[in-house]
Amino acid sequence: MKRFWTLLALPCAGFAATPAFAQASTINAADTAWMIVATALVLLMTIPGLALFYAGLVRKKNLLATMAQSFAAVMFVSVLWFAAGYSLTFSGEGAYLGNLDKLFFAGMNLDSVNSLASNLPESLFATYQMTFAVITCALIAGSVADRMRFSAFVLFIIAWLFIVYVPSAHWIWGGGFLAGMGVMDFAGGIVVHLNAGVAGLVAAYVLGARRGYGTENLAPYDLTMAAVGTALLWVGWFGFNGGSALTAGSRASMAILATHLAACSGAIAWMVMEWLTRKKPSVLGIISGAIAGLGTITPASGYILPWHGVVIGLAAGIVCFWACTWLKERLRYDDSLDVFGIHGIGGILGTVLTGVFAVGAFTVTKELPQGQQGLLEGNVGQVVTQIIGVGICFVWCAVATFVILKVVDLLVGLRVSLDHERMGLDITQHGESVHT
Amino acid sequence: MKLIIAVIKPFKLEEVRDALAAVGVQGITVTEVKGYGRQKGHTEIYRGAEYAIHFLPKMRLEIAVASANADRAVDAIVKAAKTGQIGDGKIFVTSIERAIRIRTGETDNNAL
Repeated sequence: MKRFWTLLALPCAGFAATPAFAQASTINAADTAWMIVATALVLLMTIPGLALFYAGLVRKKNLLATMAQSFAAVMFVSVLWFAAGYSLTFSGEGAYLGNLDKLFFAGMNLDSVNSLASNLPESLFATYQMTFAVITCALIAGSVADRMRFSAFVLFIIAWLFIVYVPSAHWIWGGGFLAGMGVMDFAGGIVVHLNAGVAGLVAAYVLGARRGYGTENLAPYDLTMAAVGTALLWVGWFGFNGGSALTAGSRASMAILATHLAACSGAIAWMVMEWLTRKKPSVLGIISGAIAGLGTITPASGYILPWHGVVIGLAAGIVCFWACTWLKERLRYDDSLDVFGIHGIGGILGTVLTGVFAVGAFTVTKELPQGQQGLLEGNVGQVVTQIIGVGICFVWCAVATFVILKVVDLLVGLRVSLDHERMGLDITQHGESVHT
Repeated sequence: MKLIIAVIKPFKLEEVRDALAAVGVQGITVTEVKGYGRQKGHTEIYRGAEYAIHFLPKMRLEIAVASANADRAVDAIVKAAKTGQIGDGKIFVTSIERAIRIRTGETDNNAL
């Protein structure tokens, strides 16, 4: 259609100023094609990826309730992203928050683009970013599994989206103050994984441990579901990190390669740690290590070389294993599915390691001929910048999450009753159960 | 008539079935059950969490035989189900008062 109008306008060019609708489009077809695929891949990470991963790790009586939380995140966060999330994150130059110009996707049409990605249709950029907001909120469900009231979870993610996710995504990706400081987060080490992990840690403390934690058998119902879910997350992550290049070029494919190597290395490291300390290489250990590697490589994925991905993956497997065993025991919190131990710790580790391994040549611009270099290229300051970014987002997320949870508790109560927890959330929250 | 109830290790089921068929037993009822005896349970580790599993999966066999065949059937089960390891299971034998084949109405030994 656009081409048609451009042709029509050509003969008139000598007689009148070129009409606005005939301006050359910056939208690139190859980039658009890849990003449509990447958007689908990231949505696939939440449903069914995360839904299966989490559901397989809870007990049978809470399986549907856990899946419901993944779907709730998709439903509510998507609509709210359309209503205001996108505008507050990716419109305007504010240091702390975007503006309201694009409420309800105002002004979006077939030709519109966002200046942050003028090679893509705005509808695509907005949808791609929507899927990131969705999975971040969905990840938190792992910490509160087995005991949080469904209504409380829905209210919580609605508030959390606007008070934690939207501001921090704007600070780092929307041109806010952390971007100005030079904090590097390619695909969401801070925005997605640190945020979800820290929120999970705070929620685990505020809700308290599951009934029977440490005394009763809370073993996963079906690890095959968790393994399938992990595989879907893994593949989906190609769109998550590769898509964060926002182009279809070598940056995307390099990010995908580093991502895959980190997932493999993370799985190897966790498996070896378990084999050495527990005598057996468990399937849960292998898939946990893969997720740890994927979460940890996320902030670095578009700034590094393949061998950096292997090192980051190995570090992720070892450190996250330590966090989910030793650290968790010392800090005495019941983060049911280890959202903090894997995503929180992985996100922090990966963000700091981004400051170590960043290759300047990947980020060269006219204003910055050296690119953003890491410690290995002699720039100690980048590590400090990364740590400051982590610190600010950690504190903001922790405080805001705490306040939101307290308010939601007053409104509807965070936790189901003791009897309902014993009967299971499937039947008491949703009136359904798994009959197999 | 005797009712033999045997609780055995699940992976021994096929061997026991073959052994019973060899001594002329014509029917077995099998149930998947959980329980514990001297074997107690085992521990499973999921990331940082260790759980004691008290009830172990077993197979429970019910076999009705004529009194004259009971000892042969019991011997066959013992021979086939034995590994020598703890947890091989147990066999109980009780008397049956009546037996009826539903299809024909035959009773007692004729119904077995």
